[in-house]
Amino acid sequence: MNGVVLVIALTLVAIGGTAVVMTNAPERQAVTLGLYGVLLTMLFFALQAPDVALSQLAVGTAIVPLMVMLAIRKIRGGRS
Amino acid sequence: MFFIGGGLVAVLYVWAVVGMPLFGSIFHPYRDLAIHAAVAHGTANAVSAVNFDQRAIDTLGEETIFFASVLGAAALLRPSKEEREKRGGHGGAEQVMASTRLAGYVLFPLTIIIGLDVVAHGHLTPGGGFQGGVVLATGIHLLYVAGSYDALERTRPVHLYEYSEVAGALAFVGLGFAGIVIAGAYLANVVPYGGFGHLVSAGTVDLLSFAVGIEVASGVIVMLAHFLEQAIALQGGPHE
Repeated sequence: MNGVVLVIALTLVAIGGTAVVMTNAPERQAVTLGLYGVLLTMLFFALQAPDVALSQLAVGTAIVPLMVMLAIRKIRGGRS
Repeated sequence: MFFIGGGLVAVLYVWAVVGMPLFGSIFHPYRDLAIHAAVAHGTANAVSAVNFDQRAIDTLGEETIFFASVLGAAALLRPSKEEREKRGGHGGAEQVMASTRLAGYVLFPLTIIIGLDVVAHGHLTPGGGFQGGVVLATGIHLLYVAGSYDALERTRPVHLYEYSEVAGALAFVGLGFAGIVIAGAYLANVVPYGGFGHLVSAGTVDLLSFAVGIEVASGVIVMLAHFLEQAIALQGGPHE
């Protein structure tokens, strides 16, 4: 049972990573990155590492997409 | 040429992976030693014990790296000579949907309490200083998501958070010196251990967790403050 959960989580992470790489525009990649962060959190949780999952959830899902979008907005000069 | 090197790396990698213990097997010498040491110091959360008790010097290095990166980001994002405040406000609260604002009202106190809980119970439940600090900092920015940038600016004086970040870093270093004074080793666990699983337990793990939580929360708030100021409140840079 635990093996099935792990295989599913790993497959979702692989699909999520491919989706992030294949997104074209950086502002859209920020959203896919947030989703990928949630998938990674579930993988870490399935691997019984809740501290790592908390760190990943807080940083990779909330902070990094926010910084990416703010940087893009600044670079484009407010037009986007 | 690349494929020759890549093929060699692949062969070595497979050889190394096949020689390791099975995934999820019970052979794990570091786990046996680390959990034994964590329980000996009265810490219920073994990961926090490794972070703040057994390998606390590594956490000191990580917090210094975090401090330096926030400093670097703040230095890079300071306003240049041509940039100045936008006239006419930064976009008011009337542009936020009602459902978003309701979600913000409900989630803002919840997130602050959850963040404080994760920091304070770092030695009992999963979490600790860093995780709780980031949750706290993200919670405060719900004021911006569900309200307006002006609301965030009024409740978030950046100088206060710069000072509290320094206070957190100094508290961590200072607790280490307390270890030298009392037990002769830097960052030794010198506060009484208390009962296993109680709130007052695990010695310096909880205190160091608080120090790290204050520093990380303040650091993330300062860094996001500079990002937001550059992206929203300033105009007149070389691109406009």
